[in-house]
Amino acid sequence: MKISILSKKLDALYEFDREPVSKNALQGIGNFLGTYAGEHVAGTEFVIGMLFVAHGVSVTDMFVGGLIGNVLAVFSWAFITAPVAVKVRLSLYWQLKKICGSVLVFLYNIVNALMFCFLAGAMVAVSATAVGIPFNVAMPTLSDMYPSSVGWVVTVFGVGAVITTFAILGFEKLARFSKVAAPWMFFIFVAAAISSLPRLGVQTDLSNFWEVARTKIWTGTALPGQSQFTIWHVIFFTWFANAAMHLGMSDLTLFRYAKKWQYGFASAVGMFLGHYVAWISSGILYAAATSDAPGEVAYQAIGIAGALCVIVAGWTTANPTLYRAGLALQVASPGWSRWKVTLLAGLITTLAALFPALVMKLLDFVALYGLVLIPMGGVIFADFYLVKKFGLKDYYAERMKISFNWAAGLTWFILLAAALIMNRVVGTELYFLPLPAWILAVGLFVLLSKIYQKKVV
Amino acid sequence: MKQILQLISLIGLLLTILPPVFFFLGKISHSTQDLLMLLGAVVWFGSAVFWLGSRVKTKED
Repeated sequence: MKISILSKKLDALYEFDREPVSKNALQGIGNFLGTYAGEHVAGTEFVIGMLFVAHGVSVTDMFVGGLIGNVLAVFSWAFITAPVAVKVRLSLYWQLKKICGSVLVFLYNIVNALMFCFLAGAMVAVSATAVGIPFNVAMPTLSDMYPSSVGWVVTVFGVGAVITTFAILGFEKLARFSKVAAPWMFFIFVAAAISSLPRLGVQTDLSNFWEVARTKIWTGTALPGQSQFTIWHVIFFTWFANAAMHLGMSDLTLFRYAKKWQYGFASAVGMFLGHYVAWISSGILYAAATSDAPGEVAYQAIGIAGALCVIVAGWTTANPTLYRAGLALQVASPGWSRWKVTLLAGLITTLAALFPALVMKLLDFVALYGLVLIPMGGVIFADFYLVKKFGLKDYYAERMKISFNWAAGLTWFILLAAALIMNRVVGTELYFLPLPAWILAVGLFVLLSKIYQKKVV
Repeated sequence: MKQILQLISLIGLLLTILPPVFFFLGKISHSTQDLLMLLGAVVWFGSAVFWLGSRVKTKED
């Protein structure tokens, strides 16, 4: 495909937000509080809290580590993402295009789309664990990597087909449904945890809660076959669970509508309701359950409402994710209509969902997702704050009318290769790689720009 | 009308959060809790969809 055609197709997709947001389109704090509360009480929360328990997180690790990690995540949105967003007021796509050029943005979009497909796949699998209950489908366990039964395959295909169909028919309506479901889902998380307390032996005056929490929930000892987590794992995982959105700068698209950079603190609502209370709640209900499947776990705690919540949570998370994947993939397809591309994204998503490893290794996948996209956030940060201070040109691709800024491209590729080596050869766990990757991206982009801009000029 | 719907939605949320509290305190059975919570879900979705489901801005990055 010719670069000019590719560029035109990309621009057409994002046409409506080509210009910086105008003053009269700015939105109040309520919109941001609602968005964060809705987006971060999702299907993934059922799995993450449960996996922390499986990885032998202790009570202190969970409560203190989670608190520190969430505060750091909120600070990342407030002090890194939002200030750039309110000054530039452009979406991530346009910001990246000005810096990196069409071809590099295209590559970024494709990688992003595949990540979205896998994330949606995990949510299809989570929903399937609830849908399969009335049909007595054999549920996957923590150690299952491959499809565990024919029933599982059929259930996943059924759920995948329904979710894909709805994503094709109407993203808007389901986005509205997500907004309606979010407050109820949060109440369900808390309710299910309360309902699980008697099974764990917590007395009605809560006098032995911390004792039970220490000995039966967050025991500090990993389950067989699971790696042992420390407080550092909890802090870094919690901080970078949404790395693509804060340090990765994906939420420039959201905060460009903010009146002030301080609206970045609105992310605290999502973090503390979704990534603190909901994770703690799902840990409690997992400790009281006799299954590893989120649907079964929630059903044991609070019956049909619990299973319904798992289906809704998985569905409402998978739907926008699938939509965004379709949008990104549309650029790469040879003139396909939106429905065909969404169908393709749905097929990739459903095939991925067949493998329970995607759910049972969700912590690794979430960390990988952030790691892969975070260097480009470092590039945006460096281009905004540092490049001019070093006597270089910002928005280099736009100024020089180039389709591939090698300084940005090499920064991304080198850091991904370095991260791969650190993980595979040195054995550094994925959770600890996004922070150095972001910091190095900032420095490397400036350094490479110094060489590259001299060469091109 | 909106206020009435919001009141009904609030009842839906109360039916979601209170039954587990009563179950924890030993006042109701597990099956009663499950039934009330299912009713809470129906009441919440049946009412909130009319006042909370307004158009939302989509993030397309």
